[in-house]
Amino acid sequence: MNIFAPVGRVFLNFLRSVGRLTIFTLKSLSFCVRPPFYFRTLFSQMVEIGFYSLPVVALTTMFSGMVIALQSYSGLSTLSSEGVVASVVELTVTRELGPVLAALMVAGRVGAAMAAELGTMRVTEQIDALTTLSTNPFKYLVVPRILAGIIMLPVLVLIGDVIGIYGGYLICIYKLNFNMTNYLRNTWNFMQSVDIISGMTKAAVFGFIVTLMGCYNGFYSKGGAEGVGKATTNAVVVSSILILISNYMLTELFFSK
Amino acid sequence: MTDEIKVKMTDVRKAFGKKVVLDGVTLEVKKGESLVIIGGSGTGKSVTIKCIQGLLTPDSGSIQVDGKEIVGMNAKELESVNAQTGMLFQGAALFDSLNIWENVAFGLIQGKKVKRAEAKEIAIKKLAQVGLSADVASLFPDELSGGMKKRVGLARAIAADPELIFFDEPTTGLDPIMSDVINDLIRSCVKDLGATGITITHDMSSVRKIADKVAMLYKGKIIWYGDVADIDRCHNPYIEQFVNGRADGPIQMEIRG
Repeated sequence: MNIFAPVGRVFLNFLRSVGRLTIFTLKSLSFCVRPPFYFRTLFSQMVEIGFYSLPVVALTTMFSGMVIALQSYSGLSTLSSEGVVASVVELTVTRELGPVLAALMVAGRVGAAMAAELGTMRVTEQIDALTTLSTNPFKYLVVPRILAGIIMLPVLVLIGDVIGIYGGYLICIYKLNFNMTNYLRNTWNFMQSVDIISGMTKAAVFGFIVTLMGCYNGFYSKGGAEGVGKATTNAVVVSSILILISNYMLTELFFSK
Repeated sequence: MTDEIKVKMTDVRKAFGKKVVLDGVTLEVKKGESLVIIGGSGTGKSVTIKCIQGLLTPDSGSIQVDGKEIVGMNAKELESVNAQTGMLFQGAALFDSLNIWENVAFGLIQGKKVKRAEAKEIAIKKLAQVGLSADVASLFPDELSGGMKKRVGLARAIAADPELIFFDEPTTGLDPIMSDVINDLIRSCVKDLGATGITITHDMSSVRKIADKVAMLYKGKIIWYGDVADIDRCHNPYIEQFVNGRADGPIQMEIRG
């Protein structure tokens, strides 16, 4: 047997998936700006992503803010620069942890659900049924989900930022006995608009990645229950990796000089 | 019945990888006629109707609906062709997230922009036509039995008064009595609408009940075509074997695919 055959097959399959994903992405984006629009589904997806993910995002950012306060204090107090704790919490939460953690949580919650829902619709022929009822499945299923992701993730991250900073504040005031006014003043003075803008931009990009991967994997799943399971796993794993990679790139874009 | 031709397939070929599914299918369906395509599992029946609906694109050959070429048509034109067709799926393929009347009215609301209240009235009328009372209108698909789902699927297929209706194994998975009920409904719905019907099945009792014309598909080719009355006296060994359901004969089941 030719040892190059399996290598070639894997490579060709990889190229095929990249091509299919590219076409899927371009198609979805082009349908985003072409009528008809399905506001009813857009609204219910926005509620699903924005409202129902709130508890998970709130908890993760809250505890992350708290842990950063504790750790940075234990590091910075040896240099007797405790005053910087407020700014460390503010920076890490708004620039990095807020968007990344919220996106990872939404990937696990919403991306997986989308892949499973669309995957089940695919294997039970519901997506074909849409076409036969002269409804474009891209416009009806994919576009509202992607738009909802792009719109709602920044909102989630904004709320997460506030909660994360509040988590750090709680630790510093009640556990480390900082001065409340100084802490708040430090936080406010250090905050720059670029922190928030970069965080929001990241959130929108992550929202796009999560919903795109959820829809793409679900849309092309095949082979019954097992296929849907695979699609769900792929959606979460691939979007998590893409979130972390694109996070680095966006940070590079915003902050490297 | 007129002599006008509704669907015309000429030398349609379709292969998935190396597996040839349709190997030159040529078929004509006249307006108002009910054609039943029979054949064993995996002989390309489903692929045939998916090609006519534009859900799959054949590798070569031509498919015309009302004289318009389907192959190579863009999504928008295809949508307008699909607006005049209906389809009953094997597993009914009802939308899980919508209740029964919304399912039935889907094509009207999304495709034809009928007002919701008006669409609901039509949906309830169509449900009555398939023998379901208005009580089920607000239930969800998972609350219905298999036979009821098929009826709802049928109501959805005829909701927009289509000119061409496809039935994908309408009686598979139903008990003999329910099968007969569904067959009767199909017959009466197609007749009432004056529509053209294309059914795929391997259930001989449905064939005798629904069909005007029968085509038999074997190894991607139409090996027999004629009036339903002729299936018992055609002396075609393939037809005889299939109609009588014998394991031995010219048709060899592929045990390994």
